[in-house]
Amino acid sequence: MKKEDVRLKYAPKQSLLARMWKYRQFYLLLIPALVYVLVFNYGPMYGIQIAFKNYKGALGILDSPWVGFNHFKDFFSGYYFWTLLKNTLILSVYNLAVGFPIPIIVALILNEVGPKLKKTAQTILYAPHFISTVVLCGMIVSMFSKESGVVNTILEALGMERVYFMGEPGTFRHLYVWSGVWQQMGWNAIIYIAALSSVDPSLHEAASIDGATRMQRIIHINIPTIMPTIIITLIMAVGNIASVGYEKAYLLQTSLNVEVSEIISTYVYKRGIVDASYSFSTAVGLFNNLINITMLCIANAISRKVSETSLF
Amino acid sequence: MEFTRKKKKNSAFDIAVTVISLVLVAAVLYPLILVVSSSISDPVAAASGEVLLLPKGFTLEGYKRVFQDEHIMMGYANSLFYTIVGTLINLLVTIPAGYVMTKTEVPGTKFIMKLFLFTMYFSGGMVPAFLLMNSLGLYNTRWVLLILGAFSVYNCIICRSFFLGLPKELEEAAYIDGSSYIKTFMTIILPLSKALLGVMVLYFAVAHWNSYFNAMIYTYDANIQPLQLFLRRILILEKTSAEMMEAGGDEYAAQQQQVAALIKYAVIVVSSLPLMIIYPFLQKFFEKGVMIGSVKG
Repeated sequence: MKKEDVRLKYAPKQSLLARMWKYRQFYLLLIPALVYVLVFNYGPMYGIQIAFKNYKGALGILDSPWVGFNHFKDFFSGYYFWTLLKNTLILSVYNLAVGFPIPIIVALILNEVGPKLKKTAQTILYAPHFISTVVLCGMIVSMFSKESGVVNTILEALGMERVYFMGEPGTFRHLYVWSGVWQQMGWNAIIYIAALSSVDPSLHEAASIDGATRMQRIIHINIPTIMPTIIITLIMAVGNIASVGYEKAYLLQTSLNVEVSEIISTYVYKRGIVDASYSFSTAVGLFNNLINITMLCIANAISRKVSETSLF
Repeated sequence: MEFTRKKKKNSAFDIAVTVISLVLVAAVLYPLILVVSSSISDPVAAASGEVLLLPKGFTLEGYKRVFQDEHIMMGYANSLFYTIVGTLINLLVTIPAGYVMTKTEVPGTKFIMKLFLFTMYFSGGMVPAFLLMNSLGLYNTRWVLLILGAFSVYNCIICRSFFLGLPKELEEAAYIDGSSYIKTFMTIILPLSKALLGVMVLYFAVAHWNSYFNAMIYTYDANIQPLQLFLRRILILEKTSAEMMEAGGDEYAAQQQQVAALIKYAVIVVSSLPLMIIYPFLQKFFEKGVMIGSVKG
């Protein structure tokens, strides 16, 4: 290669610094977000080390003494470990098993009704999404109250006994999961309704000429069309399996249902923030985080093999 | 689709899907109607669960008590402040970042995107975050509730997907005319992004208005607490403030309890009403927004 050729090939490309200077205004736009992420997302990651230390406020994060895996050992051998793990997994798997397919079914059904009903139904089904978790739980407490709840009024009218729902360990998971369905089925259906609008109408025409029923067309045309959306959403949901909505679990928790309503993240809050056992609860939180990542990677790997759709 | 519907009108299938849709709508509406009905019913009926659908009797006593209560009104004002200022900060931080993330020719953006995405799957956790806030002197300040969540990776990705969908030629023409990068973003790109702005305002504002957990962790001073924490006290911990009770003069315990039930329903309506009124107008936007978000980031 001659010298001139080399220069021709490389000359137009500016040095890294020159390019960075050229684009300096973009960096300016990016700075607030970057600073935020570094301080408030990566900052706490620096603090994770106290999971392996005995954190003392006076010594600070760096100078507190190392204790290795002691906090993890304490947690794994502790009285609550298996109960917490079981409660967390049962609640999230139940939540996923019910809360995941229902919005898909809602979308498939709304896709079949006339445009007027569809529009009205969508507007109404979105409403609960805008209610806060506190208000939702307040509504549950009121409606399912033993003395003044409408549910018990109806039960009594049907000749059944009044039930103290909030104090009954057996009802916590059902209240949690089905109130979630009530609140989110419309909102979570949006993404599928949008995906269904991209179904090619000529497929439906061809299929109905061939004598396919509407049910058959849903199964063989609509569902395959939205399958990639379903899979991506599922992977994301599985990746969050251990962070099942603790804000709601905490609100619905009473001293009487705590044996099933205590999940890992509510436990982290109580031990960490309320009782100030900083190191121990950081270890528990880290364990929870690792479950999430493991589940996400497994779900992603399975999906990549089975369906060739994956998140990363 | 259309021609099949014309061909066989009112098939069994049509009836089935219509009935199911109506049942779903009724199931979602029922608790909402019940709350509103109970809030204006006679306290005795509201407190004994006799209101089944429509109000029994009529009184605005619950609302009167709610609006007379200093704490609720203070929480309301605080929540308004956090929602308005917090949302503004969110927009200023998140939208420009989402825009820059589309500029892959800018050195470092790919790495920064990875830096952002990583935080969606891994975090320091509740306690290290709490210690950090303490050491930054943000504990129990208004700042903590404004700053936390100022940037959302998820929403940044939605912004990025939206900006990627805009035609590149517009920007290139502006650059040739000598417009700077920031000026092009402000004068060419943002005016085309009203739908995105609508979605972002809705997402951020709803998150601010409805959040309670950060406030519970990071604040103890009632003067700076948002409405949701006062709601938690009234609805979940079932502590109705003494002054709300006194407002009605001397009552017997049983009556007090009945009024407490009424106040609960009224406070639910008062706190949820703003969003319930606003969201149908933004429906077009957020339906689009979810679609933008579904394009893989």
